[in-house]
Amino acid sequence: MRLAFGRAQPAQMNPIFKHGPSPQHRLVFVLLLSVLLIFLDHKANSFDGVRGYLQSLVSPLQYIANAPKQMMTWAAENLVTRKHLMEENQQLKVNELRLHEELMQLDIIKQENERLRSLLASPLRSEVRKMVAEILSVDSDPYTHQIVINKGANDGVFEGQPVLDEQGIVGQIQHVGTTSSRVILITDVTHGVPVRISRNGIRLIASGSGQIDRLTHNHVSHSADIRSGDLLVTSGLGGKYPEGYPVSRVTIVTQDESRPFAQVFSQPVAQIDRLRYLLLLWPEKPSSIFSSKSGAEAASKAKSNNSKGDSNAAQ
Amino acid sequence: MLLNNGIIILFSLLIALMATIMPMPLSLDAFRPDWVLVVLLYWCLALPNRVNVITAWVMGFLMDVLLGSVLGVHAAAMALSVYIIAVNFQKIRNFSVWQQALIVGVSAALYHLLVFWLQRFLTDIVFLPSYLYPVFTTIVLWPWAFLLLRKVRRHFKIK
Repeated sequence: MRLAFGRAQPAQMNPIFKHGPSPQHRLVFVLLLSVLLIFLDHKANSFDGVRGYLQSLVSPLQYIANAPKQMMTWAAENLVTRKHLMEENQQLKVNELRLHEELMQLDIIKQENERLRSLLASPLRSEVRKMVAEILSVDSDPYTHQIVINKGANDGVFEGQPVLDEQGIVGQIQHVGTTSSRVILITDVTHGVPVRISRNGIRLIASGSGQIDRLTHNHVSHSADIRSGDLLVTSGLGGKYPEGYPVSRVTIVTQDESRPFAQVFSQPVAQIDRLRYLLLLWPEKPSSIFSSKSGAEAASKAKSNNSKGDSNAAQ
Repeated sequence: MLLNNGIIILFSLLIALMATIMPMPLSLDAFRPDWVLVVLLYWCLALPNRVNVITAWVMGFLMDVLLGSVLGVHAAAMALSVYIIAVNFQKIRNFSVWQQALIVGVSAALYHLLVFWLQRFLTDIVFLPSYLYPVFTTIVLWPWAFLLLRKVRRHFKIK
């Protein structure tokens, strides 16, 4: 009865409505359309290309929405006292000196490492191309953890590209638009990173938990040597992330023998809730130390072909 | 859509979309009101012949793109919540603003639960009470949005 009420009234109000479909028909139509979209996007993944276009379509909106925050940042950066600037300058100079000294050492160590690797006939690690990106907006949807950055296909960004901040791994590129792209964070429930414990090399998978300060590790046996405080670094096994970048630090290890596996949680090293500048990497080839083994030969070839294809497509 | 200053309707919806994706401090982010839903519901109640379920679906689709969720999730939830208000617009129009605010709150709660159920169906997310915090801010927002948008509608003589 209520529905009839709603349908009859607009017809009296406005004659245009008489010719249009009824609200029920419209609802059924859009719901069917939604189900179709959900199926195609989620199950069939047939929207990967389209999403890139949609992303570039809405990127002006994101740039405008970001403008007030950018203005405030600009104001905060411009309205500082001279004394504060001088102090900061001093601090940075000291920092630079220290980093410079470390860099000199690093150069020597790098050369030495390369020489040793060539002696061992291991593949050499190549320099990776890097680019700094800035965050445009942080997703307000509580169900997914994503951010939008101000670099897109025009800058050579490609899907699956690793994204870091100054502390560690942040996530990977999910959709690429022309001038902006979307990053899925390691804390998203649908995301996982292959990691190893830097202390002893035990391999784990760090899956997102949907909480900004927690990653979970499933299927860790009770006998695994893992303690709270252990640093987890990328293992380079998935082929997405280059090897050896810090991901998280183990916070809780519960070894309850009544459960089949130990419960392990860790906290991301990167400050996921305080991101501003990010680093995009272009890994030239999988720099995994396992890639020289004969068993993994074919896999590594396929991987290097893939990554070559990616970098070619990006340029 | 663009007759009789209809561009203003589009403009208000765009502003609402921007407010939805505007960066906010993490502590306040959970309380972000449903700007798009509020603006859509106002136009649905005021001009049901101009703004309807299809408009709601398109706005929901844009939110899907902006928020990076699976395409169609926000669209379906938005269309369904707006539909329930839109078929009862004659009754709801006669309520006082605070009664309307409560009804808008129910609609917002339905919207968030629908989004949650759909996402739950697609990925393994768990329910947190904080997913429903926006409902309270939406209830508080409604009277102010209502007064502002009525002023806008009368000033620009949108019919």
